Amino acid sequence: MTTENNTVVKVENLQKSFGAKSVLKGISLEIKKGEVIVIIGASGSGKSTFLRCLNCLEDPTGGNIFFDGVDIADPSVDINVHRQKMGMVFQQFNLFPHLTILRNMTIAPMKLLKMSKEDAEAKALELLDRVGLKDRANDYPNKLSGGQKQRVAIVRALAMNPQVMLFDEPTSALDPEMVGEVLDVMKKLAEAGMTMVVVTHEMGFAKEVASRVLFVDKGVVAEENTPDEFFTNPQNPRLKEFLSKVLA
Amino acid sequence: MGVLSFKGWIADAPSWIRSLPEGLQELFFQLYQTFIYNDRWQFFASGLKITFIVTIGALFIGIIIGLVLAIIRTMKESYTAKKAPLVLRILNSITELYLTVIRGTPMMVQLLIMGFVIFIPKSEESRVLCGIITLGINSGAYVAEIVRSGLMSVDKGQAEAGRSLGFSYAKTMWYIVIPQAIKNILPALGNEMITLLKDTSLVSVIALRDVTKQTQNIIAKTYTAMVPYISLAVIYLVIVIAMTKLLGAFEKRLRKSDH
Repeated sequence: MTTENNTVVKVENLQKSFGAKSVLKGISLEIKKGEVIVIIGASGSGKSTFLRCLNCLEDPTGGNIFFDGVDIADPSVDINVHRQKMGMVFQQFNLFPHLTILRNMTIAPMKLLKMSKEDAEAKALELLDRVGLKDRANDYPNKLSGGQKQRVAIVRALAMNPQVMLFDEPTSALDPEMVGEVLDVMKKLAEAGMTMVVVTHEMGFAKEVASRVLFVDKGVVAEENTPDEFFTNPQNPRLKEFLSKVLA
Repeated sequence: MGVLSFKGWIADAPSWIRSLPEGLQELFFQLYQTFIYNDRWQFFASGLKITFIVTIGALFIGIIIGLVLAIIRTMKESYTAKKAPLVLRILNSITELYLTVIRGTPMMVQLLIMGFVIFIPKSEESRVLCGIITLGINSGAYVAEIVRSGLMSVDKGQAEAGRSLGFSYAKTMWYIVIPQAIKNILPALGNEMITLLKDTSLVSVIALRDVTKQTQNIIAKTYTAMVPYISLAVIYLVIVIAMTKLLGAFEKRLRKSDH
Protein backbone atom coordinates (compact mmCIF):
# COMPACT_ATOMS: atom_id res chain seq x y z
CA MET A 1 0.00 0.00 0.00
CA THR A 2 2.61 2.53 0.99
CA THR A 3 6.15 1.52 1.88
CA GLU A 4 7.27 -2.08 2.24
CA ASN A 5 4.80 -4.86 3.12
CA ASN A 6 1.66 -3.53 4.78
CA THR A 7 2.81 -0.54 6.80
CA VAL A 8 0.37 2.35 6.48
CA VAL A 9 2.17 4.99 8.51
CA LYS A 10 5.76 4.95 9.69
CA VAL A 11 6.82 7.57 12.18
CA GLU A 12 10.51 8.07 12.88
CA ASN A 13 11.87 10.12 15.76
CA LEU A 14 9.03 12.64 15.61
CA GLN A 15 9.68 15.86 17.48
CA LYS A 16 7.57 18.91 18.11
CA SER A 17 8.30 21.99 20.10
CA PHE A 18 6.29 25.15 20.61
CA GLY A 19 8.94 27.83 20.86
CA ALA A 20 11.37 26.68 23.51
CA LYS A 21 8.92 24.18 24.94
CA SER A 22 9.56 20.67 23.68
CA VAL A 23 6.36 18.63 23.63
CA LEU A 24 7.35 15.57 21.61
CA LYS A 25 10.88 14.35 22.18
CA GLY A 26 11.28 11.70 19.53
CA ILE A 27 8.46 9.23 18.96
CA SER A 28 8.74 6.33 16.55
CA LEU A 29 5.83 4.13 15.55
CA GLU A 30 4.98 1.81 12.73
CA ILE A 31 1.30 1.35 12.05
CA LYS A 32 0.30 -1.66 10.02
CA LYS A 33 -2.82 -2.02 7.93
CA GLY A 34 -5.85 -2.87 10.04
CA GLU A 35 -4.18 -2.08 13.34
CA VAL A 36 -5.91 -0.11 16.04
CA ILE A 37 -3.38 1.90 18.01
CA VAL A 38 -4.74 3.37 21.22
CA ILE A 39 -2.74 6.16 22.84
CA ILE A 40 -3.29 7.02 26.47
CA GLY A 41 -1.56 9.44 28.76
CA ALA A 42 -2.13 12.24 31.22
CA SER A 43 -3.20 15.61 29.91
CA GLY A 44 -0.19 17.59 28.75
CA SER A 45 1.73 14.41 27.97
CA GLY A 46 1.80 15.21 24.24
CA LYS A 47 -0.60 12.49 23.08
CA SER A 48 -2.95 14.85 21.25
CA THR A 49 -0.04 16.79 19.79
CA PHE A 50 1.36 13.51 18.46
CA LEU A 51 -1.94 12.69 16.78
CA ARG A 52 -2.20 16.19 15.31
CA CYS A 53 1.32 15.89 13.95
CA LEU A 54 0.36 12.73 12.06
CA ASN A 55 -1.65 14.77 9.56
CA CYS A 56 0.45 17.89 10.09
CA LEU A 57 -2.28 19.96 11.73
CA GLU A 58 0.70 20.72 13.90
CA ASP A 59 3.86 20.93 11.84
CA PRO A 60 6.48 18.57 13.27
CA THR A 61 9.75 20.26 14.11
CA GLY A 62 11.80 17.12 13.59
CA GLY A 63 11.66 13.53 12.38
CA ASN A 64 9.82 11.83 9.53
CA ILE A 65 6.31 10.58 8.87
CA PHE A 66 6.13 8.19 5.95
CA PHE A 67 2.66 7.89 4.54
CA ASP A 68 1.43 7.28 1.06
CA GLY A 69 5.01 6.75 -0.14
CA VAL A 70 6.36 10.14 0.95
CA ASP A 71 7.63 11.87 4.05
CA ILE A 72 4.71 14.16 4.86
CA ALA A 73 6.72 15.88 7.60
CA ASP A 74 8.72 17.44 4.78
CA PRO A 75 7.31 20.99 4.36
CA SER A 76 7.77 20.85 0.58
CA VAL A 77 5.21 18.04 0.29
CA ASP A 78 1.69 19.11 -0.69
CA ILE A 79 0.04 17.99 2.53
CA ASN A 80 -3.51 18.60 1.25
CA VAL A 81 -3.35 15.62 -1.09
CA HIS A 82 -2.24 13.28 1.69
CA ARG A 83 -4.69 14.60 4.25
CA GLN A 84 -7.49 13.44 1.96
CA LYS A 85 -6.43 9.90 2.79
CA MET A 86 -6.22 10.49 6.54
CA GLY A 87 -9.56 10.94 8.23
CA MET A 88 -9.68 12.84 11.49
CA VAL A 89 -12.30 13.00 14.21
CA PHE A 90 -12.14 15.77 16.79
CA GLN A 91 -13.16 16.04 20.40
CA GLN A 92 -15.48 18.95 19.55
CA PHE A 93 -16.95 17.20 16.45
CA ASN A 94 -16.37 20.29 14.29
CA LEU A 95 -19.29 19.67 12.00
CA PHE A 96 -19.92 22.60 9.68
CA PRO A 97 -22.94 24.36 11.22
CA HIS A 98 -23.91 26.21 8.05
CA LEU A 99 -24.33 23.00 6.06
CA THR A 100 -26.82 20.16 6.36
CA ILE A 101 -25.59 16.76 7.53
CA LEU A 102 -25.66 15.53 3.95
CA ARG A 103 -23.73 18.53 2.67
CA ASN A 104 -21.24 18.17 5.53
CA MET A 105 -20.52 14.74 4.15
CA THR A 106 -20.52 15.48 0.44
CA ILE A 107 -18.61 18.75 0.29
CA ALA A 108 -15.13 17.23 0.51
CA PRO A 109 -15.75 14.28 -1.85
CA MET A 110 -17.37 16.61 -4.38
CA LYS A 111 -14.85 19.45 -4.22
CA LEU A 112 -11.69 17.41 -3.69
CA LEU A 113 -12.31 13.99 -5.25
CA LYS A 114 -14.51 15.54 -7.98
CA MET A 115 -17.22 13.01 -7.22
CA SER A 116 -20.58 13.75 -8.84
CA LYS A 117 -23.35 15.03 -6.59
CA GLU A 118 -25.36 11.83 -7.09
CA ASP A 119 -22.46 9.53 -6.25
CA ALA A 120 -21.39 11.58 -3.25
CA GLU A 121 -24.92 11.70 -1.87
CA ALA A 122 -25.54 8.01 -2.43
CA LYS A 123 -22.34 7.21 -0.61
CA ALA A 124 -23.12 9.65 2.21
CA LEU A 125 -26.58 8.19 2.71
CA GLU A 126 -25.17 4.68 2.78
CA LEU A 127 -22.64 5.72 5.44
CA LEU A 128 -25.30 7.57 7.44
CA ASP A 129 -27.47 4.47 7.29
CA ARG A 130 -24.61 2.48 8.77
CA VAL A 131 -24.58 4.73 11.86
CA GLY A 132 -28.37 4.91 12.04
CA LEU A 133 -28.70 8.56 11.02
CA LYS A 134 -29.98 8.33 7.47
CA ASP A 135 -33.22 10.08 8.41
CA ARG A 136 -31.27 13.10 9.71
CA ALA A 137 -29.51 13.78 6.39
CA ASN A 138 -31.29 17.06 5.75
CA ASP A 139 -31.06 18.40 9.29
CA TYR A 140 -28.51 20.94 10.38
CA PRO A 141 -25.90 19.86 12.94
CA ASN A 142 -27.39 21.90 15.79
CA LYS A 143 -30.45 19.65 15.69
CA LEU A 144 -28.36 16.63 16.70
CA SER A 145 -27.19 15.41 20.09
CA GLY A 146 -23.48 15.23 20.84
CA GLY A 147 -23.35 11.49 20.19
CA GLN A 148 -25.13 11.91 16.88
CA LYS A 149 -22.82 14.73 15.88
CA GLN A 150 -19.78 12.60 16.57
CA ARG A 151 -21.19 9.69 14.57
CA VAL A 152 -21.73 12.08 11.66
CA ALA A 153 -18.19 13.41 12.09
CA ILE A 154 -16.86 9.85 11.82
CA VAL A 155 -18.75 9.06 8.64
CA ARG A 156 -17.88 12.47 7.20
CA ALA A 157 -14.24 11.47 7.45
CA LEU A 158 -15.03 8.02 6.05
CA ALA A 159 -16.68 9.55 2.99
CA MET A 160 -13.19 10.41 1.74
CA ASN A 161 -12.16 6.71 1.76
CA PRO A 162 -9.24 7.28 4.11
CA GLN A 163 -6.46 4.75 4.59
CA VAL A 164 -6.21 5.60 8.26
CA MET A 165 -8.50 7.28 10.77
CA LEU A 166 -7.24 9.52 13.54
CA PHE A 167 -9.42 10.03 16.62
CA ASP A 168 -8.57 12.85 19.00
CA GLU A 169 -10.43 12.10 22.25
CA PRO A 170 -13.67 11.44 20.35
CA THR A 171 -15.79 10.82 23.45
CA SER A 172 -14.33 13.37 25.87
CA ALA A 173 -16.86 16.09 25.09
CA LEU A 174 -19.86 13.76 25.27
CA ASP A 175 -22.42 13.24 28.00
CA PRO A 176 -21.76 9.85 29.59
CA GLU A 177 -24.88 8.22 28.16
CA MET A 178 -23.72 9.03 24.63
CA VAL A 179 -20.22 7.62 24.87
CA GLY A 180 -21.40 4.10 24.11
CA GLU A 181 -23.02 4.85 20.76
CA VAL A 182 -19.83 6.50 19.48
CA LEU A 183 -17.56 3.71 20.75
CA ASP A 184 -19.86 1.17 19.08
CA VAL A 185 -19.35 2.87 15.73
CA MET A 186 -15.60 2.87 16.29
CA LYS A 187 -15.63 -0.80 17.24
CA LYS A 188 -17.51 -1.73 14.10
CA LEU A 189 -15.06 0.30 12.10
CA ALA A 190 -12.15 -1.55 13.68
CA GLU A 191 -13.81 -4.90 13.02
CA ALA A 192 -14.25 -3.91 9.38
CA GLY A 193 -10.46 -3.61 9.17
CA MET A 194 -9.93 0.15 9.29
CA THR A 195 -6.51 1.29 10.43
CA MET A 196 -7.05 3.56 13.40
CA VAL A 197 -5.05 5.72 15.79
CA VAL A 198 -7.14 6.66 18.82
CA VAL A 199 -6.27 9.06 21.61
CA THR A 200 -8.73 8.34 24.38
CA HIS A 201 -9.42 7.95 28.07
CA GLU A 202 -11.77 5.03 27.45
CA MET A 203 -9.79 2.15 28.96
CA GLY A 204 -12.57 -0.32 28.16
CA PHE A 205 -12.27 0.49 24.48
CA ALA A 206 -8.49 0.12 24.64
CA LYS A 207 -8.74 -3.29 26.30
CA GLU A 208 -11.35 -4.57 23.93
CA VAL A 209 -10.42 -3.14 20.55
CA ALA A 210 -6.76 -2.09 20.52
CA SER A 211 -4.07 -4.06 18.74
CA ARG A 212 -1.48 -2.13 20.69
CA VAL A 213 -1.69 0.40 23.47
CA LEU A 214 0.83 3.21 23.87
CA PHE A 215 1.43 5.18 27.03
CA VAL A 216 2.81 8.60 26.20
CA ASP A 217 4.51 10.48 28.99
CA LYS A 218 6.54 13.70 28.82
CA GLY A 219 6.75 13.54 25.03
CA VAL A 220 8.00 9.97 24.65
CA VAL A 221 6.38 6.54 24.37
CA ALA A 222 6.97 5.28 27.91
CA GLU A 223 5.33 1.92 27.33
CA GLU A 224 3.95 0.03 24.38
CA ASN A 225 2.28 -3.35 24.57
CA THR A 226 -0.68 -5.52 23.71
CA PRO A 227 -3.75 -4.48 25.69
CA ASP A 228 -3.58 -7.62 27.86
CA GLU A 229 -0.03 -7.07 28.98
CA PHE A 230 -0.46 -3.33 29.11
CA PHE A 231 -3.28 -3.39 31.63
CA THR A 232 -2.46 -6.51 33.66
CA ASN A 233 1.27 -6.17 33.80
CA PRO A 234 2.38 -2.53 33.40
CA GLN A 235 6.11 -1.94 33.79
CA ASN A 236 6.58 1.80 33.79
CA PRO A 237 6.04 3.31 37.26
CA ARG A 238 4.30 6.38 35.78
CA LEU A 239 1.94 4.11 33.87
CA LYS A 240 1.20 2.11 37.04
CA GLU A 241 0.35 5.33 38.82
CA PHE A 242 -1.76 6.53 35.87
CA LEU A 243 -3.68 3.28 35.59
CA SER A 244 -4.34 3.12 39.32
CA LYS A 245 -5.92 6.56 39.04
CA VAL A 246 -8.05 6.03 35.93
CA LEU A 247 -9.13 2.48 36.72
CA ALA A 248 -9.96 3.18 40.33
CA MET B 1 -34.24 84.83 -8.95
CA GLY B 2 -33.67 87.56 -6.39
CA VAL B 3 -34.30 87.20 -2.70
CA LEU B 4 -37.94 86.65 -1.94
CA SER B 5 -39.31 89.20 0.53
CA PHE B 6 -41.58 88.18 3.36
CA LYS B 7 -43.90 91.13 2.69
CA GLY B 8 -44.39 90.21 -0.95
CA TRP B 9 -44.93 86.53 -0.09
CA ILE B 10 -47.45 87.03 2.70
CA ALA B 11 -49.57 89.28 0.51
CA ASP B 12 -50.07 86.40 -1.95
CA ALA B 13 -50.31 83.68 0.70
CA PRO B 14 -53.57 81.79 1.30
CA SER B 15 -55.80 83.34 3.96
CA TRP B 16 -55.33 80.47 6.48
CA ILE B 17 -51.65 81.31 6.66
CA ARG B 18 -52.34 84.98 7.09
CA SER B 19 -54.57 84.14 10.06
CA LEU B 20 -51.70 82.30 11.84
CA PRO B 21 -49.57 83.90 14.59
CA GLU B 22 -46.59 85.85 13.29
CA GLY B 23 -43.95 83.31 14.29
CA LEU B 24 -45.65 80.52 12.36
CA GLN B 25 -46.12 82.80 9.38
CA GLU B 26 -42.36 83.35 9.38
CA LEU B 27 -41.72 79.60 9.61
CA PHE B 28 -43.98 78.87 6.65
CA PHE B 29 -42.26 81.60 4.71
CA GLN B 30 -38.87 80.02 5.46
CA LEU B 31 -40.07 76.57 4.45
CA TYR B 32 -41.56 78.01 1.28
CA GLN B 33 -38.39 79.73 0.19
CA THR B 34 -36.23 76.76 1.17
CA PHE B 35 -38.18 74.09 -0.67
CA ILE B 36 -40.81 75.46 -3.02
CA TYR B 37 -39.69 78.83 -4.37
CA ASN B 38 -37.91 78.36 -7.70
CA ASP B 39 -38.30 74.57 -7.22
CA ARG B 40 -35.49 74.56 -4.67
CA TRP B 41 -36.41 71.05 -3.50
CA GLN B 42 -34.54 69.94 -6.57
CA PHE B 43 -31.33 71.02 -4.85
CA PHE B 44 -32.06 68.52 -2.12
CA ALA B 45 -33.04 65.85 -4.63
CA SER B 46 -29.92 66.19 -6.74
CA GLY B 47 -27.81 66.45 -3.59
CA LEU B 48 -29.30 63.27 -2.20
CA LYS B 49 -28.56 61.48 -5.44
CA ILE B 50 -24.88 62.40 -5.11
CA THR B 51 -24.93 61.43 -1.42
CA PHE B 52 -26.29 57.97 -2.26
CA ILE B 53 -23.94 57.45 -5.19
CA VAL B 54 -20.93 58.33 -3.05
CA THR B 55 -22.16 56.16 -0.16
CA ILE B 56 -22.75 53.08 -2.31
CA GLY B 57 -19.61 53.55 -4.38
CA ALA B 58 -17.47 54.05 -1.29
CA LEU B 59 -19.03 51.07 0.45
CA PHE B 60 -18.28 48.91 -2.58
CA ILE B 61 -14.63 49.99 -2.68
CA GLY B 62 -14.41 49.75 1.09
CA ILE B 63 -15.65 46.17 1.13
CA ILE B 64 -13.20 45.08 -1.55
CA ILE B 65 -10.25 46.78 0.16
CA GLY B 66 -11.43 45.54 3.54
CA LEU B 67 -11.76 41.93 2.39
CA VAL B 68 -8.30 41.88 0.85
CA LEU B 69 -6.69 43.48 3.90
CA ALA B 70 -8.52 41.20 6.32
CA ILE B 71 -7.45 38.09 4.43
CA ILE B 72 -3.83 39.27 4.34
CA ARG B 73 -3.86 39.88 8.09
CA THR B 74 -5.64 36.62 8.90
CA MET B 75 -3.26 34.65 6.68
CA LYS B 76 -0.29 36.26 8.39
CA GLU B 77 -1.71 35.38 11.78
CA SER B 78 -2.25 31.76 10.74
CA TYR B 79 1.53 31.33 10.74
CA THR B 80 2.07 31.04 14.45
CA ALA B 81 4.84 28.49 14.71
CA LYS B 82 6.97 29.24 11.68
CA LYS B 83 7.77 32.44 9.84
CA ALA B 84 5.34 33.55 7.16
CA PRO B 85 6.65 33.81 3.58
CA LEU B 86 8.40 37.09 2.69
CA VAL B 87 5.68 38.27 0.27
CA LEU B 88 3.05 37.87 2.94
CA ARG B 89 5.13 39.68 5.52
CA ILE B 90 5.65 42.59 3.13
CA LEU B 91 1.93 42.72 2.29
CA ASN B 92 1.12 42.60 5.97
CA SER B 93 3.45 45.51 6.70
CA ILE B 94 1.81 47.55 3.94
CA THR B 95 -1.57 46.68 5.38
CA GLU B 96 -0.55 47.77 8.84
CA LEU B 97 0.85 51.04 7.53
CA TYR B 98 -2.38 51.67 5.62
CA LEU B 99 -4.53 50.98 8.66
CA THR B 100 -2.39 53.22 10.86
CA VAL B 101 -2.39 56.16 8.44
CA ILE B 102 -6.07 55.96 7.48
CA ARG B 103 -7.38 55.45 10.97
CA GLY B 104 -4.94 57.93 12.43
CA THR B 105 -5.91 60.93 10.32
CA PRO B 106 -9.29 62.72 10.07
CA MET B 107 -11.45 61.95 7.08
CA MET B 108 -11.72 65.70 6.44
CA VAL B 109 -7.95 65.95 6.06
CA GLN B 110 -7.92 62.91 3.78
CA LEU B 111 -10.54 64.56 1.58
CA LEU B 112 -8.59 67.84 1.46
CA ILE B 113 -5.41 66.02 0.46
CA MET B 114 -7.13 63.90 -2.18
CA GLY B 115 -9.17 66.84 -3.52
CA PHE B 116 -6.52 69.55 -3.53
CA VAL B 117 -3.16 67.76 -3.61
CA ILE B 118 -3.47 64.39 -5.35
CA PHE B 119 -6.53 64.45 -7.64
CA ILE B 120 -7.48 68.10 -8.12
CA PRO B 121 -10.71 67.13 -9.95
CA LYS B 122 -11.99 69.62 -12.52
CA SER B 123 -15.43 68.30 -13.48
CA GLU B 124 -18.43 67.28 -11.39
CA GLU B 125 -17.95 63.63 -12.46
CA SER B 126 -14.32 63.55 -11.41
CA ARG B 127 -15.25 65.17 -8.10
CA VAL B 128 -17.78 62.38 -7.51
CA LEU B 129 -15.10 59.83 -8.34
CA CYS B 130 -12.63 61.57 -6.04
CA GLY B 131 -15.20 61.49 -3.24
CA ILE B 132 -15.99 57.81 -3.78
CA ILE B 133 -12.32 56.82 -3.85
CA THR B 134 -11.38 58.83 -0.78
CA LEU B 135 -14.30 57.57 1.29
CA GLY B 136 -13.79 54.05 -0.04
CA ILE B 137 -10.14 54.06 0.98
CA ASN B 138 -11.14 55.37 4.38
CA SER B 139 -13.95 52.88 4.82
CA GLY B 140 -11.71 49.99 3.73
CA ALA B 141 -9.63 50.40 6.86
CA TYR B 142 -12.68 50.00 9.07
CA VAL B 143 -14.23 47.21 7.00
CA ALA B 144 -10.93 45.34 7.26
CA GLU B 145 -11.24 45.23 11.03
CA ILE B 146 -14.90 44.20 10.80
CA VAL B 147 -14.10 41.36 8.42
CA ARG B 148 -11.08 40.28 10.43
CA SER B 149 -13.05 40.04 13.64
CA GLY B 150 -15.75 38.16 11.72
CA LEU B 151 -13.20 35.64 10.45
CA MET B 152 -11.72 35.30 13.92
CA SER B 153 -15.16 34.71 15.41
CA VAL B 154 -15.40 31.39 13.57
CA ASP B 155 -14.20 28.58 15.81
CA LYS B 156 -10.68 27.38 15.05
CA GLY B 157 -11.94 23.81 14.94
CA GLN B 158 -13.88 24.63 11.78
CA ALA B 159 -10.73 25.47 9.86
CA GLU B 160 -8.99 22.41 11.32
CA ALA B 161 -11.85 20.15 10.24
CA GLY B 162 -11.67 21.63 6.75
CA ARG B 163 -7.90 21.19 6.55
CA SER B 164 -8.10 17.64 7.93
CA LEU B 165 -10.42 16.69 5.07
CA GLY B 166 -7.76 17.87 2.63
CA PHE B 167 -9.02 21.35 1.76
CA SER B 168 -6.27 23.89 1.10
CA TYR B 169 -6.11 27.05 3.20
CA ALA B 170 -7.93 29.05 0.49
CA LYS B 171 -10.64 26.43 -0.05
CA THR B 172 -11.16 26.09 3.70
CA MET B 173 -11.66 29.84 3.92
CA TRP B 174 -14.00 29.88 0.94
CA TYR B 175 -16.21 26.89 1.73
CA ILE B 176 -16.07 26.74 5.52
CA VAL B 177 -14.91 29.90 7.27
CA ILE B 178 -16.19 32.80 5.15
CA PRO B 179 -19.81 31.57 4.88
CA GLN B 180 -19.95 31.37 8.66
CA ALA B 181 -18.18 34.71 9.12
CA ILE B 182 -20.60 36.59 6.86
CA LYS B 183 -23.44 36.16 9.33
CA ASN B 184 -21.32 37.80 12.02
CA ILE B 185 -20.05 40.51 9.69
CA LEU B 186 -23.30 41.73 8.15
CA PRO B 187 -24.69 43.68 11.14
CA ALA B 188 -21.40 45.53 11.66
CA LEU B 189 -21.18 46.15 7.94
CA GLY B 190 -24.64 47.70 8.07
CA ASN B 191 -23.47 50.07 10.77
CA GLU B 192 -20.47 50.95 8.64
CA MET B 193 -22.84 51.82 5.82
CA ILE B 194 -24.75 54.19 8.11
CA THR B 195 -21.51 55.81 9.30
CA LEU B 196 -20.42 56.17 5.69
CA LEU B 197 -23.67 57.84 4.70
CA LYS B 198 -23.24 60.45 7.41
CA ASP B 199 -19.58 60.91 6.59
CA THR B 200 -20.41 61.76 2.98
CA SER B 201 -21.49 65.18 4.28
CA LEU B 202 -17.77 65.98 4.41
CA VAL B 203 -17.35 65.74 0.64
CA SER B 204 -18.76 69.26 0.44
CA VAL B 205 -15.20 70.45 1.22
CA ILE B 206 -14.09 69.32 -2.23
CA ALA B 207 -17.06 71.20 -3.73
CA LEU B 208 -18.95 68.01 -4.44
CA ARG B 209 -22.66 68.89 -4.59
CA ASP B 210 -23.97 66.38 -2.11
CA VAL B 211 -27.04 67.15 -0.04
CA THR B 212 -25.02 69.14 2.53
CA LYS B 213 -23.34 71.29 -0.10
CA GLN B 214 -26.67 71.88 -1.83
CA THR B 215 -28.18 73.01 1.45
CA GLN B 216 -25.39 75.53 1.77
CA ASN B 217 -26.15 76.65 -1.77
CA ILE B 218 -29.75 77.28 -0.78
CA ILE B 219 -28.64 79.29 2.24
CA ALA B 220 -26.48 81.39 -0.09
CA LYS B 221 -29.71 82.35 -1.81
CA THR B 222 -32.07 82.77 1.15
CA TYR B 223 -29.61 84.25 3.64
CA THR B 224 -31.23 82.28 6.45
CA ALA B 225 -29.69 79.13 7.87
CA MET B 226 -32.10 77.71 10.39
CA VAL B 227 -34.72 75.98 8.26
CA PRO B 228 -32.32 74.61 5.61
CA TYR B 229 -29.88 73.18 8.15
CA ILE B 230 -32.55 71.69 10.37
CA SER B 231 -34.23 70.24 7.29
CA LEU B 232 -30.89 68.76 6.32
CA ALA B 233 -30.54 67.15 9.73
CA VAL B 234 -34.06 65.73 9.44
CA ILE B 235 -33.27 64.32 5.99
CA TYR B 236 -30.17 62.51 7.29
CA LEU B 237 -32.05 61.32 10.36
CA VAL B 238 -34.95 59.90 8.36
CA ILE B 239 -32.59 58.02 6.05
CA VAL B 240 -30.56 56.65 8.96
CA ILE B 241 -33.69 55.55 10.83
CA ALA B 242 -35.00 53.84 7.70
CA MET B 243 -31.67 52.08 7.17
CA THR B 244 -31.53 51.01 10.81
CA LYS B 245 -35.04 49.55 10.57
CA LEU B 246 -34.17 47.70 7.37
CA LEU B 247 -30.97 46.31 8.87
CA GLY B 248 -32.84 45.26 12.00
CA ALA B 249 -35.39 43.34 9.94
CA PHE B 250 -32.60 41.81 7.91
CA GLU B 251 -30.74 40.71 11.02
CA LYS B 252 -33.88 39.17 12.42
CA ARG B 253 -34.27 37.11 9.28
CA LEU B 254 -30.65 36.04 9.48
CA ARG B 255 -31.14 34.91 13.05
CA LYS B 256 -34.28 33.02 12.13
CA SER B 257 -32.33 30.94 9.65
CA ASP B 258 -29.65 30.44 12.28
CA HIS B 259 -28.64 26.84 12.21
